[in-house]
Parts: sequence; C-alpha cells; structure tokens
Amino acid sequence: MKYTFKDFKSNQEVRWCPGCGDHAVLAALQRALPQISEDSGLSKEQFVVVSGIGCSSRLPYYMDTFGFHSIHGRATAISTGLKVARPDLAVWQACGDGDALAIGGNHFIHAVRRNVNLNIILFNNQIYGLTKGQYSPTSKFGAITKTSPYGTVENPFTPGQLVLGARGTFFARGIDVDIKTNQEIFEKAAQHKGTSVCEMLTNCVIFNDGAHRAITDKEVRADRTIILRHGEKMLFGAEGNRGLVLENGAIKAVTLGEDGYTIDDVLIHDATTRDTYMHNMLIDMKDDLPVALGVIRAVEDSTYDENVEKQLQEVTAASKIHCVDDLLRSGSTWQV
Amino acid sequence: MNHRIIDASDVVIRFAGDSGDGMQLTGTLFADASALFGNEISTFPDYPAEIRAPQGTVSGVSGFQVHFGTDGIHTPGDYCDVLVAMNPAALKANAKWAKPTATIILDIDSFDTAGIEKAGFKTDNPVTELKLDDRNVICAPITSLTKESLKDSGLDNKAILRSKNMFTLGMCFFMFNRPLEYTYTYLEKKFGKKKPEMVETNKKVLFDGYNYASNIQAIANTYSVAPAHYEKGTYRNINGNQATAWGLIAAAEKSGLQLFCGSYPITPATAILEELALHKNLNVKTMQAEDEIAGICTAIGAAYGGALAVTTTSGPGLSLKSEALGLAMITELPLVVVDVQRGGPSTGIPTKTEQTDLAQALYGRNGECPVAVVAAHSPSNCFDAAFNAAKLALEHMMPVILLTEGFLGNGSEPWKIPSMKDYPAICPPIIDECEGKFKPFERDPQTLVRKWAVPGKAGLEHRVGGLEKNPAGVISSDAENHAFMVAQRAAKVAAAASCIPNLKVEGAPSGELLVVGWGGTYGHISSAVKQLQDSGESVSYAHFDYINPLPQNTAEVLSGYRKILVCELNSGQFADYLRARLPQFKYSQYNKVQGQPFIVEELVQAAKAMLGAKE
Repeated sequence: MKYTFKDFKSNQEVRWCPGCGDHAVLAALQRALPQISEDSGLSKEQFVVVSGIGCSSRLPYYMDTFGFHSIHGRATAISTGLKVARPDLAVWQACGDGDALAIGGNHFIHAVRRNVNLNIILFNNQIYGLTKGQYSPTSKFGAITKTSPYGTVENPFTPGQLVLGARGTFFARGIDVDIKTNQEIFEKAAQHKGTSVCEMLTNCVIFNDGAHRAITDKEVRADRTIILRHGEKMLFGAEGNRGLVLENGAIKAVTLGEDGYTIDDVLIHDATTRDTYMHNMLIDMKDDLPVALGVIRAVEDSTYDENVEKQLQEVTAASKIHCVDDLLRSGSTWQV
Repeated sequence: MNHRIIDASDVVIRFAGDSGDGMQLTGTLFADASALFGNEISTFPDYPAEIRAPQGTVSGVSGFQVHFGTDGIHTPGDYCDVLVAMNPAALKANAKWAKPTATIILDIDSFDTAGIEKAGFKTDNPVTELKLDDRNVICAPITSLTKESLKDSGLDNKAILRSKNMFTLGMCFFMFNRPLEYTYTYLEKKFGKKKPEMVETNKKVLFDGYNYASNIQAIANTYSVAPAHYEKGTYRNINGNQATAWGLIAAAEKSGLQLFCGSYPITPATAILEELALHKNLNVKTMQAEDEIAGICTAIGAAYGGALAVTTTSGPGLSLKSEALGLAMITELPLVVVDVQRGGPSTGIPTKTEQTDLAQALYGRNGECPVAVVAAHSPSNCFDAAFNAAKLALEHMMPVILLTEGFLGNGSEPWKIPSMKDYPAICPPIIDECEGKFKPFERDPQTLVRKWAVPGKAGLEHRVGGLEKNPAGVISSDAENHAFMVAQRAAKVAAAASCIPNLKVEGAPSGELLVVGWGGTYGHISSAVKQLQDSGESVSYAHFDYINPLPQNTAEVLSGYRKILVCELNSGQFADYLRARLPQFKYSQYNKVQGQPFIVEELVQAAKAMLGAKE
C-alpha cells in the first residue's frame, strides 16, 4: 500500500505558534514517510515516534503513528530501549536542543556511541521555548535571554561536532524552511543503519526570532549555505559559481574563474569516509564560509540493536539450556 | 586436653580476614560443602565497600558467616561457635560475635607488632585486651605452614600467600567432619582446564590444613552436625540476587514475552544484571545503561514495545529513577523495578543491609503516584517474589517495585528446585485489534486494567506520554478529568489486592501479641517467635510479602491480638504506613538501623518486654 502524507497526519490540532519553524519540519517528515515506507517495506504501524519535553517534543501527537511523548531529556533512552527490544520497528525521535543536549546530553552521546538504529530529529532553535525564553546549550556566546539578561558567558555546543566526538555515523543539517532538502535528509536518515542525527535549524518566532536569519533569509541563503550531496562537487551561490577548495589543510570558499580557480579545484563531498577530518571542518563552517546543509556524514557500521540480537541468537544456538526448568537444574545440585 | 565429638543441631562459623584474604570464597566453599553434605544452611557475607581497603585495618575486614544444622536454619545465626580471624583487625572487628563458648582460630603469624598496631590495639596482647582469655583460642601459624606446604610447588610468594585461606578451610573441615571431596571437585572444575597446577597446590594446602588440625591437640572439640530432614527432591544453593534474576526469567517464559533489563551497576544489586546477562539463551536482552535514569527509561521503551521490562537498582538508584517511574505509572505500562536495599541515606553504607527504602518506594514521586510494592522474605523466596512482581505488573499494566535487601541478595540457602509446571500462567492484556480508534485508557470495569496495544499492529496506533490524558488518550488539563484519572489509577492499584494471597499467621489466630514483619527479616523474626511459642508465650507472627496493596484480610488478622509489635530494619516506616492505612489499631515498634540484620535474641527480648508491659 502506498501512503500519502495525509496518512501520517493525526486528527490532533497542531498547537505550535504561527510561524514556528517546527511546522515545516513536521511537514517535511510527513512528506518523507510515504517514500521511506515504500523504500523500507515498512507499513505505518511499524513506525514509532518518541519525544522528550519541549515545544518540538509535541510532534508525536501530530503523527498518526504509534507515539510516546516522554519526559525531559529521556527520549533517547526510551527510543534505545524500544529499538533494542523491537529491532523490527522504525524508531523516530523528536527532541530539542535543551532536551537532547542539556538534560538529556548523556543519553544522546551514548546512543550515538552505541550506534543504535534511530532517526533523531534535533530541533535546534538555540533557546528554551516551552519554558519561555531561557538560553540553551546551543545559544551563542553572549546571547541575551531571560536567564542571561547581561548575555551568556558560556560557549555553545556545535551538535555535529558532538556527534563526531561520540563517534557518530550519521549527521545531517537542514533549515526549517527548506522542506524539500529536509525531506531528502529524512529519507537518507531512514536508509542509514545506525543513529542518524538530523539537526534542524528552526526559528522560534517568540523567544529567539531570527536566530538563523543570517543564513536562512531568501536573499542570502544561496550564498550563506551549501547543500552537500555525496559524490557531488561542493558548489553553492546564487549563480552556482562558488565552490569549496582545500588549501593548506583548511577549507576555503572561492569563485570559479577568479584567481585561477576552476571546477577541477572544487572538492567532491565524500559522506562515507570514516575519517572525521573533512566532516569536522564542514560541520564547523561559518563566517566567511557557507553553513553546510544536507547529509554531511553517513558512515557504515554495525548497529547496537543488531549486535544485541545477533549475540542473543549465537548464545541461544550454542546453549544446552533451553527453558527455565533446564536453568534451575543446571550447575551444582543434589538429591535428597 | 580431652578430644570430644559434639553432636550439634546447629553451628555458626564466621570467617574473617583482610578484604584480600579470600574470606568470601572460604565461607562460600564451606557453605557449599555443608549443603552438599545435607545440612540446612544460611549465609551472610559482611564485607567492606572498598575492594582493597588499607591492609590490616579494621575498616578493611571482610567477614562471611555460615549457619548450618539439622533443622530450622532460617537465619545466618546471631553469634558464632567458631570464629576464624586471619589477622588482628579481623579479631578486633568480630570478637563481639563470638559466643562465650566459642573456639577462636587465629593466624598467629599475622599477630606481629605491626599487625597489632595497625588494628589499633593498645597492648601487645589482643586476646587479653578483648577479654577473650576464657575462650578456646587456637593460635595456628597458618601463614608459615602454608608457605611450608607449598615451598616446592613452584608458585611465587604472592600466590602461596593467597592459598592460606585453603589451609584455614582444611582446618575447619576437620573440626566439622566435612569431607574434602566437594572442594576437590570445585577446584578441578574451576582450575582444571586453565591452570591445572592450581588444582594440585590448592588440594595440597587444604589437605595439609585438615591434617594439621587433626594432629594438634589444641582443637578440643569437633562437631558432628547431622544432615537435615529435607523433603525429597532435587536441591541447589541459591542466593537472593540469582533467585531474583531467575524469577524474572521464569515470568518471561510464562508470559511468552522477551525479558528486557536496563540497569546500571550498583552495589548490592549488580549481580542481578550480571546473572541476567548470562542467560541470553532464554530470550533475555540486557543493557548496561549509561546511568540509572537510562536504566529505567530503556526499560520503559521496551515495555512500550511489548517486553517484560525490568530495571534493577539499590536505594540511590531508585531516587534517580523517580521521575521515570512516574512516567511508567501514568502511561500504565508494566515494569518491574527491583531495589536491593542497602544502608542509606545517600551513598550510606553500600555493602550493609537495611529496609530503609520502603517510604521511598511507597511515596517517592511527584504527583499522586501510587505504585505497587512487594517484598521478598528469604534468598530463595526472591525467585517467587520476582515472578509474582512480574505477574502483577504485566496483568495489571503498572509498575511494581520489588524490595529485596543486601542481606537477601548476597545471602544464600539450599532451595528445593521447583518445576515451572507448578507456576501459574501470566496473561498480560495484549490486544491485536479493536473496534474503532484505540482508546489507550479505556479500562476493564472490574480490574480497571487498560489494554496493551503494542506497536506493529495495524489500527492500534496511539500516543501515550507523561501529560494527563482523558480515557481516549487525548491530552487534557480539564479539572474533572484529572481528578477522575487520578482516582482511576489509584483504584486500579488498590484493586490488585483481589489478586494477591491473604496474609498468613504463624501461630494462633488470636492472642496477646502479634509480631509483624516484612521483607528479609523473616528468618530472624520467625525464629524468635518460634522460641517464644515453644516456651508457651501467646505470640503469633504475620509477615507481609505484599505491602501496596495490603492483603485483603490484613485488618481481620490484626484485630485478633491485644498488642501489635512491628519489627523492621528502619526507624518505623512500615509501622507508619500501617498507622495511616489501618488507624484503628495501636502499633508498637522494634527498630534497628545499624546496617546489620536483626539478631534473634534481641527480638525475643523485645517481644517479651511487650508481653510483660501493661497497656
């Protein structure tokens, strides 16, 4: 059966603020799922959406799938348990920057380290929205918020670098308004075996409006961002004539035809290389360099849930104990 | 000195040494040999939290007590008949447990000036300083004899010194007429393939220890303890943590579900996770989670996925799991939380036993959040307690806290192996389809239990979560709905009372005094009550395996006695709970919070004081 995006929409009224970036991410997910379902051969009842607490964590209620809206920070642990117990299910997770990287930071890094086959959508609006405007672990240094009236004096995480540090196998980034690219990202995340972290740069219209404006506004987006695709040249710009090259071990943005640069100098994106050197630089691009979007890293590795299952099968095949009665009589016993 | 063979009905022996001296192993081997010989046994390891506390100091002393006998062995014994002390610190820490008639065996080689000073003695004669001169003190040069025994073995000095516990064990085997064969078999099994040289050397030291004891005239008495009058059957030794793990596996088999355990290592509960990790062949998945919270949250995820989900912990871990336990309660998912209680608060005394988590188990969550609480009463009973906790959780769609104790988890006893065909079926309310949209919080009118719709079944798609919902599963902050849902969830837990056994009484159904206990104090309290009953006192005993909900006949039982004495290893948490639930009765308390189990004698005295007291 072929689904349409409507099949994944629940009858619940969506309660995010008008203009919130989360609407667009939800739409991208609902639009991606029919294709994902077709590619994976999974039907709707095999999808589960898990979330923590925060604005974005309301997402499971808006999906007509199995869903679990849990507690603050713990979505990743709940998803992990669910996936380990039920590797046959496709587990998606919605969580915010505070949920996943502050209170739930421990679960996040360990899920990534284990490479549990989860699809994590990390809504990064650089603010606590549901509690009405406190700074988050991704708020920029100096951010003025309700709990930092004179500006924060702490550095933010770059989520992608955290993923690399936790030996992550998949990282992608998208901006809320670009539904088409996000749909593509979600499809790639679903295909990836392991923890797929999809960072969505979302706009909180109420408490952090315009946090990503410098790269998301239509007038600047083409020059300030680059969409990376595996095997393709790293080209960007409104005219499509700008490219990324590697010089002296660092990435540099150049204009083709200027200063002697040609298309041959432009880097080709390799998302599958295990080495983190290029991925780390791509994830960290800012200021003079365009912010990288799309699938930056997608490396093959075995998954935790699959390894757990495999070990269970192997131990079972080798064991002489097949039931509890066997177990109770195993080892040292005596007769009276 | 005349050598006598004493026929004893029961004997208590306590092995004490430095935490690196191998006393836990020595005690375990002695207990196993006694069990195989056919005695009833009960054991109690009493060890420090540090793996290697400063050598030779009192804080580093590790002890293991074995109580064995012909009949009625329900506790590891209060005071010991034989105390083995491998160094001055061990003697200092354990002298108070030696009966006035006790034999004390010392490794006299370790009683040098340095050793005596390290243990903090003021004089150079620890035996006199501790007023033990009237005991039968045997000063055996265990270290030097072990060295002599193994001088041609090729082992290095360190390995030789490690074998001195075998020498000690050999001496004790002589004293109690234990055959050496059981331990020989153990050594062959343990070292046979990997380190064959260790089999022969250990056997030699054991044998030499046995002969040494038989040759010296110092051992005045040897004991003959006849085999117990066991029912016919196949037996094994089991400790409480192993029994808990196996009970959970049994429940998974009976319910046809996979067992999922998400846990974080914590003393003294870790052995349950370790044991479960061994038995993947019985459809068990274990996860060593990144923290206590992840332990329970992975289990909740697995429960949503349709597994028998379990998390195991001890007091501090239960504190960390509180919020998630509330989530399991409001989403009405089955979950077993095992708390192997230890001395608290905070890190407390991690390796010592207590019953101080009861209030936390009953009340330790935000909001109106009643959770079923059950307890195990002996090491082997942990099997049934875990099985029953899982049955209750699965059939009533709710979290259940199983309280055991360090004393039960580490203690062991012989267990007549049951057959799974004698255990009841477990039938969780799993559904495959429903009419119309699935409403997650629609309930069975009698039991108030909701249905379990597991992902993967078409047409049952639904959302659960920590936010209050209406019965259809839609988020609601409506005032009346909230009051209704709070009441329904509480009524569901209360209704489970109809599915638990009635409270039983040991002794007459009415009389002067009812002694009340719960959890791991069963052996001590029942021994004390038996003593009083044998001397003609009007005392009965009721022991609670189910705490929330209470057995339905609780008020009826309590009403039969003029006085009620609640004995527990805390400051009165169960007594307070009974006062709140059944305020029509007057409760007296006997409490102990020392990180140690009761001793039978103190309970006897407490009950006698009650019997003599005027109202």
